[in-house]
Amino acid sequence: MSSVIEVRNLKKAYGSLIAVDDISFDVIEGEIFGMVGPNGAGKTTTIECIEGLCQQDEGSVQLLGMNPVEDRRKIANQIGIQLQESALPQRIRVAEAMNLFASFYERRANVDKLLDTMGLTEKRSSSFKKLSGGQKQRLFIALALINKPRVVFFDELTTGLDPQARRTMWELVRKIREQGCTVFLTTHFMEEAERLCDRVLIIDRGNLVSLDTPEAMIRSLGVENRLVFTLPGDQVAPELGNLPQVSHVEQFGERVVVYGQGARFASSVVYALEDAEVDFVDLRTEQPNLEDVFLSLTGEEMRE
Amino acid sequence: MKSFITLIWINLKLYLREPIATFFTLAFPPLMVVLFGAMYGNDPTPMLGGYGSMDVSMAGYTAMILSTVAFLGVPITISSNRESGVLRRFRTTPLRPVTYIIADILTNLVSTLIGMIGLVLVGWLLYRVRFEGQVIIIFLAVVFSGLSMFSVGYLIAGLAPGARSAQVIGMVIFYPMMFLSGSSIPLEVMPEAVQRISNFIPLTYVVRLLRGLWFGESWGEYKIETVILGVILVVCTALASHFFRWE
Repeated sequence: MSSVIEVRNLKKAYGSLIAVDDISFDVIEGEIFGMVGPNGAGKTTTIECIEGLCQQDEGSVQLLGMNPVEDRRKIANQIGIQLQESALPQRIRVAEAMNLFASFYERRANVDKLLDTMGLTEKRSSSFKKLSGGQKQRLFIALALINKPRVVFFDELTTGLDPQARRTMWELVRKIREQGCTVFLTTHFMEEAERLCDRVLIIDRGNLVSLDTPEAMIRSLGVENRLVFTLPGDQVAPELGNLPQVSHVEQFGERVVVYGQGARFASSVVYALEDAEVDFVDLRTEQPNLEDVFLSLTGEEMRE
Repeated sequence: MKSFITLIWINLKLYLREPIATFFTLAFPPLMVVLFGAMYGNDPTPMLGGYGSMDVSMAGYTAMILSTVAFLGVPITISSNRESGVLRRFRTTPLRPVTYIIADILTNLVSTLIGMIGLVLVGWLLYRVRFEGQVIIIFLAVVFSGLSMFSVGYLIAGLAPGARSAQVIGMVIFYPMMFLSGSSIPLEVMPEAVQRISNFIPLTYVVRLLRGLWFGESWGEYKIETVILGVILVVCTALASHFFRWE
């Protein structure tokens, strides 16, 4: 496994504001690498330094073994970029935009096939200004893939999309990776990073907070799973603290929260409840997620 | 090369889809011929050197089309493309910035020429306007004056903070220039004060050059005009490339 991106001691300030402070990491070929953090954490600055759109103050960046700023045109041929903020001429049509951008590159993907993958075939004669937010975003992805890139960059891909469109986008990103393309994305949705990324870099206030797989991050927290249920009426919960998988139990009126871990945690609790013949409702398990990881590592809630 | 041609082709299509731009370059000048033709006709008058009002206006209206593109088209298109992030999107591709600009300039030249052809066609159909010059010379002069005026437009685009201000600056320059340069109304019918002011209006030199060549005079007689337009071209191109911003 080789690195396609190598970032070493990257530092970038805008005046007195330090946007990125001494960050180092590698992105491995073929992975979906996610950079998460609140707005203003330094994600866009980092991604733009890697893309060569922004020159870092200190440190070095290698993209596909090249210097992003010095070898910008050579690199531009091999990567795809979706910018957080960009636009096309209002009256350009979808197919025209695709053909125009295709003409800029040495390698070209099949325009019809790409439009089909992005669900834009019916929109090929529509002008850019008539597209919905989701359609515009899909067009920008299509444009980012038009040169069959080796690495593709998505900056806040799903911001402004409704939950369903967001899920569709995730499917697309997985498909892109299946075709052998490395994906580098930034997001401020923890859930997106957790569901989509192989590895996640958490950044906050310009600093690298953590870098690992989402699963390992959550595991390293040592946070227990929770099983929550409600006991209607005046029922008394059976003694659950004795179960080997359970660490402790909290009861707030009718609501009971059981903490514990292990493969048989949930089933052992349910079995004990059945055994005691109590009627429980609204049973659900709650697992720690990246949201909890962020909270525990930075000591604060994710700021939107 | 493929990207260059595709870019020009799509730029032209975008231009034709822009109702305001097409009105001012394609419809407005023939409309002027119809309107002013109805008012003044095209009978030869001594005041216009023995030519008719419409004969003289062909060069003037061509200068007007050219300055519409230069002062209204260029600054607004470039600065709104910059403001909305279109230029930024192009910057992420291997497209060379200079290719983008040259394609843009060529597109503007082509739309100017299309407007001019439409204008002359209407002038000829309605008034059989006289043309005594050489087509190739007029063509070269339009390209030369066009480049000179466009360079001012690109400079405005570079200096203006946003699309709105670019539009305002363009209009503030364009409208007085249109009336004071003799492009819309021949200077001969203007008061002497206006004629004196016109010496400070760059477009005046475009009108003089085109009108002279239109009636078959040699380019050599227009050294002053050529030098002034050439200096504008060189200075504004240098300034424009210095002040040009992609975002």
